[in-house]
Amino acid sequence: MLRAVTNRLVILIPYFWLLFFFLLPFLIVLRIALSDLEYGQPPYAPQFSFSDGWEVISEKLSRLDFENFAFLAGDKLYINSYLSSLYIAFVSTILTLLIGFPLAYGMARAPENLRPILLMMVILPFWTSFLIRVYAWIGILKREGLLNQFLLWLGVIDAPLEILSTNKAVFIGIVYSYLPFMVLPIYSTLEKMDESLVEAARDLGCTRIAAFWKVTARLAVPGVLAGCLLVFIPAVGEFVIPDLLGGSGTLMIGKTLWIEFFNNSDWTVASAIAMILLIVLVVPIVWFQNAQARATEAGR
Amino acid sequence: MPSLGSIRRSFAPWSDPDAKPYISFRNVTKRFGDFTAVDNLSLDVYEREFFSLLGPSGCGKTTLLRMLAGFEEPTEGELYLDGQPLKGVPPHKRPVNMMFQSYALFPHMSVADNIAFGLKQDGMEKSARDERVAQMLKLVKLEEFAKRKPHQLSGGQRQRVALARAVAKRPKLLILDEPLGALDKKLREETQFELMDLQQELGLTFMIVTHDQEEAMTMSDRIAVMDKGIIAQTGTPAEIYEAPNSRYVADFIGSVNVLEGQVVASDDGHVTIEGRDGRFTGAVRGQGPAQGKTVWFAIRPEKMRVSREKPTDTENAVQGEVWDVAYLGDMTIINVRLDSGSVVQAAMINHSRLVDDPIGYEERIWLSFSADAGVVLDR
Amino acid sequence: MSGRWSWFNITSVVFGFAFLYLPIVLLVIYSFNESRLVTVWAGFSTKWYGELFRNESILDAAWVTVRVAFISASVATVLGTLAAVSLVRFTRFRGRTLFTGMVYAPLVMPEVITGLSLLLLFVAIDFARGFWTVTLAHITFSLCFVAVVVQSRLVSFDKSLEEAAQDLGCPPFQAFMKVTLPVIFPAVISGWMLAFTLSLDDLVIASFTSGPGATTLPMKIYSQVRLGVTPEINAVCTILIGIVTTGVIIAALLNKRRAMQDDRV
Repeated sequence: MLRAVTNRLVILIPYFWLLFFFLLPFLIVLRIALSDLEYGQPPYAPQFSFSDGWEVISEKLSRLDFENFAFLAGDKLYINSYLSSLYIAFVSTILTLLIGFPLAYGMARAPENLRPILLMMVILPFWTSFLIRVYAWIGILKREGLLNQFLLWLGVIDAPLEILSTNKAVFIGIVYSYLPFMVLPIYSTLEKMDESLVEAARDLGCTRIAAFWKVTARLAVPGVLAGCLLVFIPAVGEFVIPDLLGGSGTLMIGKTLWIEFFNNSDWTVASAIAMILLIVLVVPIVWFQNAQARATEAGR
Repeated sequence: MPSLGSIRRSFAPWSDPDAKPYISFRNVTKRFGDFTAVDNLSLDVYEREFFSLLGPSGCGKTTLLRMLAGFEEPTEGELYLDGQPLKGVPPHKRPVNMMFQSYALFPHMSVADNIAFGLKQDGMEKSARDERVAQMLKLVKLEEFAKRKPHQLSGGQRQRVALARAVAKRPKLLILDEPLGALDKKLREETQFELMDLQQELGLTFMIVTHDQEEAMTMSDRIAVMDKGIIAQTGTPAEIYEAPNSRYVADFIGSVNVLEGQVVASDDGHVTIEGRDGRFTGAVRGQGPAQGKTVWFAIRPEKMRVSREKPTDTENAVQGEVWDVAYLGDMTIINVRLDSGSVVQAAMINHSRLVDDPIGYEERIWLSFSADAGVVLDR
Repeated sequence: MSGRWSWFNITSVVFGFAFLYLPIVLLVIYSFNESRLVTVWAGFSTKWYGELFRNESILDAAWVTVRVAFISASVATVLGTLAAVSLVRFTRFRGRTLFTGMVYAPLVMPEVITGLSLLLLFVAIDFARGFWTVTLAHITFSLCFVAVVVQSRLVSFDKSLEEAAQDLGCPPFQAFMKVTLPVIFPAVISGWMLAFTLSLDDLVIASFTSGPGATTLPMKIYSQVRLGVTPEINAVCTILIGIVTTGVIIAALLNKRRAMQDDRV
C-alpha cells in the first residue's frame, strides 16, 4: 500500500512540475499568439481566461484568428529572419563539421592513455559560460582587435579586416560555441569502431583514402548526423551570438523575437514568432530523436 | 629408423632441398619502441602448405602475420612472397588476404556485399562478380543468407562470411588470425575440418595463427612454435609432439613430465641420465649432450606403463604412491608421487568397461617406459 | 579504434584545441592588462580585479546568481532524479509518452522559447517576477538535464543488486536508498554540477523571467558587453572560468580516485 503511494509520488512530482512549468506555458504562448495586441499591461487582449464558462470560450473561439501569423507572413522582415536563420545555422553546421570531424578523428586515433584527457579538454569549454566564450571573440575580431593586429604584423593584410558585426563573426561564434556538440558524438562512434575493419578494407584492395571513405566515414554517419543536428537545432534559435557578434544586417529569428518582445513590447507577435520557430524545428528534432533511437537499436 | 607418428605424409616439400620456398622471412626483426616483437627470425613456408604459428599471446605471431599482410613493415630483414620482395608494397597491392580475428565484417553491408567488396576493388565486372559471390556463398553454405547483415548472423556464420570474403579474390596466400578463436568448442572442431577441406579444394597456401595447440595439431602440415619473438621449433605435428627440441616446446604442446638429471652414459641415439628421481634412458637428437651435463628427461603421460609389480623387461622404471586419480571416460589420469617427492602424471587408456581391481588412492605402483618413449632435452 | 596517430591526426587535434582554448586564454591574459583599451597590452596589473571588488552592482549580481544556482540545482537534482527513476523503472503508466516528451523537449528547445513561455505563465498567474521566478525557470530546464544524466547511469545499473537487498530483507524503498542511490550517486552529483553551471551561465531565460532587484551576473555582463569590451568584464569572466575549471578538475580527480580505489578492492 505504502509502496504504491511512494511509486506514484516518484512519478507524479516531476510529472506535475513539467505539466505546470513546461506544457502549460506552451499553451499560453499558443493562446497569446492567437490574440490581439493591446496597449497596456499585460500588452495583449486575452482571448480566453481561466474563469470563463464554456459558452464564453466557444464564443471567443469563433473570434480566434491567425491575424498575427498573417502579419508575420506579410512582413518581409520576419520571413527573411527565418530564412536567414536557417541559412546561417546551415552554413555554421557545415563549418563545424569541417573542423569537428578531423578533431574527433584525431582524438579517436590518439594513444589510448591520452584519450580521456583529450575528451575532457573538449568538454571543459562547455562548462564555462556560453556568454563568456562569445564575449571572448569580440576582443579578437574587432577592427582593432587581436586578429587584425596579428595579421597586420604578419603582413598578410595591409588594412584591417571587417569581421565583427558581420555574418562571418556569427559563423565563427556558432562554430566555436557548438564545436563540442559536433565532436562528442562523432568521437564516440569513431572510438568504438574496430580498426580491423579499415585493415580488412585495405587488405581487400582499398588504398588508405578509399578505405577511409568506404568504411570509416560511412560508419561515422550516425555520429555525424547527430552532431549536425545538435549544432543546427540550437543555432537556428540562437540569440546571444548574432546579438553580440553580428551586425545590424544579421537577421536571426531569436534576435527578432527578442527585439519584438523587449524593445517593441509586442508580446503577441513574439509569441507567434516562437510558435513558428518551434514548427520549423519540429522536423529536425523528430528526425534527431528517430536517428538516436535507430542508433540505440543498431548498437544492441 | 621408425618414423614419428602414425601417418606417413607424401606432401613434404620442406624435406626436398630443391623445393623453392613460397614465403620467406629472412632475418626479420620488428621492434615497437623498446619492445622487440620479432627477433631476427627466418622461416620458409611452401606452396599449398597449411602452416601454423603457435604460441602464447605476445610471442610475436600476430606481428609476423601483419608484416606479411602489409600492416607492419619489418624494422630489419626481408620478406619474400613467391620470390618477390614485399618491402614497401602496400596492403592493397599484395596478393595476400587476411581473415581477421574479429572477422572485421563491414556492418553496413550485406553478406553478399561483404564478399563482393574485394572483387569490386579489383574492378571485376558485375556478372563475373555475382557469379563468384554465388560460388563463394555455396562454398561456405550460406546461399540463403546473402541479403542478411552481419549482425543478423550467428558466430559460426560470421566466421564463414569472413572466410568467404578473404578467399573470394583467390589470393596466393590466405592469412588467418585465430580463425576459430571466437567459436565454441564443438563448432570449432567441426570448422577445423571444413577449413582443411577448403584449403585442399582451392589449393591455397594457408598461414594461420593460433594459441590452441590442438587446433594447430589437427589442421597443419607444419607448425612453428614461437616464444618471445623467436621460433623455438618448426616441424610436423608429430615431430613437435614426439621430438620436441626443448622443455618449452614439450610443455607447450600436450602434457609432459620433466625430470632433471645429469648425463651418465650415452650410446647411439640414447642417453642415460641420473638425478634425484632415479635413473632413466631416453632418446636424443643427433650427437647428444656431454657426460655430466645437466639435462631433462621428458616423457608424455600416455607413454608410461602402470603396474603393481616391478617390470622385468626394462630398467626404465620408477616407484611411487598414487596421489590422485581422475576418470575422464576415454582414459584415466593418475598422479603419482615418486619417492623423491616429485609428482608425475600417467594416462591409462580404458580398454574395457569393467575393471576387476582398479588402481586406488595411496597404492604403491611402478611406472615404466621403453628407451624410445621419452626424450632427453638439453634446454 | 587504434592504429597509427598520423601527422594529419596530430595537426588536426592541435589545431582544434588551439581554436577551442586560444580565445579563452587571451581573455584571461587581457584581464591582467594595465590599459583600459582591452586590445592593447600595457603591462601586467591586477587593478581591474580590485575595481571589480569595489563594484557593488556586480557583486550583488554575483550573489543573486549563486543563490539562484544553488537552490535551482538542488531542487532540480531531486526532481530530475525522480524523473529518471520514473523513466527507467516504470515502463508503463498513463501519459508516459507525454512525460518522456516533456523531459527531452527542453534539452533541444531554443532558450528564447522556454524563456518567453515561462514569462507568460508567470504573467498569467500573476506571480511577481524576481528572484523566485528565475529560480523556478532554472529548476524546470535543468531538471531535464539532470534526468538525462541520471537516467543513463540507471540504465546500466545492475538491478539484481537491488533485488539482492530485497532478498536479504530490505523493503523496496529502503533497498533503493541503501543500494541503488549510493551506486548512482556520482551521476547525481554530476547532475547537480551540470544544473549549477547551467544556471550560472544562463542569460536568455533569466532575462525573460527576471524582475526588478533580481539581476543575475550573466545579465549584468551582457548589459556591459553591449556597451563594449572592458577589462572588468574580462576579470569577472576570468574568475568564473577559474571557479568552473577548478570545480570540473576536482570532480574529475575525485572520480578517478574513486575508480582507482574500486579497482584496488
